[in-house]
Amino acid sequence: MTTLVIVIAYLAVVLGLGLGSNLLSRGTKQDYMLASHSIGPFLLLMSLFGTTMTAFALVGSTGRAYVQGVGVYGMLASSSGIVHSLCFYLLGVRLWTFGRRNGYTTQIQFFRDRLDSNALGLLMFPVLVALVVPYLLIGILGAGLTLNGATAGTFAPGTFPEFLEANAHGGVPRHVASAAICLVVLVYVFAGGMRGTAWANALQTMVFMLLGVVTFFVIADDFGGLRAATAAVVDQHPEKLVSDKIPRTVYASFLLIPLSVGMFPHVFQHWLTAKSRDTFKLPIVAHPVFILIVWLPCVLIGVWATTRLDLPPEANGRVLPMLVGGLDMPVLAGLLTAGVLAAVMSSLDSQFLCLGTMFTEDVVLHHFGRDRFSESRTILMARLFIVGVVVVTWVLSLFAPLTVFELGIWCFTGFTGLFPLALAACYWRRLTAAGAIASVLAMVATWLGLFVASDYAHNTKFSFLGMLPVVTVTLTATLAMVAVSLATNPPSDETLAKFFD
Amino acid sequence: MKVVVWILLGLLVVVHQLDLVNASRTLVADFLPLPLVYHAGLSVAAAVVWFLVTRFAWPEEAEPEVSSSN
Repeated sequence: MTTLVIVIAYLAVVLGLGLGSNLLSRGTKQDYMLASHSIGPFLLLMSLFGTTMTAFALVGSTGRAYVQGVGVYGMLASSSGIVHSLCFYLLGVRLWTFGRRNGYTTQIQFFRDRLDSNALGLLMFPVLVALVVPYLLIGILGAGLTLNGATAGTFAPGTFPEFLEANAHGGVPRHVASAAICLVVLVYVFAGGMRGTAWANALQTMVFMLLGVVTFFVIADDFGGLRAATAAVVDQHPEKLVSDKIPRTVYASFLLIPLSVGMFPHVFQHWLTAKSRDTFKLPIVAHPVFILIVWLPCVLIGVWATTRLDLPPEANGRVLPMLVGGLDMPVLAGLLTAGVLAAVMSSLDSQFLCLGTMFTEDVVLHHFGRDRFSESRTILMARLFIVGVVVVTWVLSLFAPLTVFELGIWCFTGFTGLFPLALAACYWRRLTAAGAIASVLAMVATWLGLFVASDYAHNTKFSFLGMLPVVTVTLTATLAMVAVSLATNPPSDETLAKFFD
Repeated sequence: MKVVVWILLGLLVVVHQLDLVNASRTLVADFLPLPLVYHAGLSVAAAVVWFLVTRFAWPEEAEPEVSSSN
């Protein structure tokens, strides 16, 4: 029960911060959505890092390392350190300039304006929302599994309805836990907007980085110390300490996965909050080191867990929650659980806010006009849309496989498939609306085909032509974009003049 | 210097893909597997190279005026 009380206290602090930031709001839509472009280097670093590191980075990396060993770090962490910063540099700075010059709030506004096409905006809205849903699902699953694992044995049988108690092991049922986390995030996002989200992100990023390191040393101590923990792996599972069994084509194709960050709509929105171009320098430099601080301990913990837990690969999402819940120190377990939830919530908040902004700007205001609805009515519609998406995602979480890592890879594959379009829109004058539409449709068709072929992500070892599906999806989208663009008329000089000198 | 910085970034990607010590069973400080240390080192190297990018290859165009056209 102590663990649960500490988690509830932490959630109350986060709520207070979101509500408190509301007092500093300038009361404008621009302030709510973009914090009036007033975010400096430190807050931008914390917002971007907190947003990109979700349950995937903590629960997912630990679970995947449990299955695959230390090779997980090379596949995703060190590559992300190079590629995420590349996206911030190539796309973030450029899109910030365009956004500042032309007053964009959302990605779709940029693409619609850049290619002078309403049809592209209509196509991209459902595609981006559909891709954000599995990203939300990762967070919701991670939050539910973590809180459930950490509170195992707290409640007597019969405390919750029978259908919720299956596999709950006396903890808070994961569906109840994930619903509670969603509710907390919804409240502080609705109250604090982007300013509240940026503040909450800064706090939560510091919390999960600090507590992540603490978790590492506490769990190491629980295993008898750093050397004893690794020595046990050397004895029982030495194959987990090397990474030479990963097929080279699969390893190489993992390099494409971090490109997805260039098309996350919530990251785009954070880019636009920057005060100046130089604000990007600190996030670009510090991001690889921050990834190291979070991923290295998680990967080692996952490898150590192979000597203690006996879980099937498809339940690898339970590794970190079970280790934390198994500690005989409820206060510490509560703090560590709060740390994992901080990582989850610091992504969910940006995604919720972004969904509302996209719905408001790209659907309501663009298609119905700025005078059709009052501001309060518009905000109400945006909030109802966010709640609707969250409810749909929560229902999906009832049926989703418990493999946070694999679900994440599928989600990122879709976003990476849109990366060529973002890059071309920023640097290739010859890109046309028809080429962009062809690229999005090619991405969707290829992604759906391969997702179905993987038994809806249940086949965790699925590859296509010996590589991750992301290679096929990205190549198909790129070829469609280039071929159709070259076969159609280029954008007008007037349109190009808004973006290229 | 700008070209040197981009060459360094390219080398970083090549070294990442070579994954040189992936079969080594050496433990650093008796608990860190060498393949993990190799990639952790790449993370630090990435931060250094990106610092050089912000120092020598940063866009120099003027800051755009703020628009209010939404």
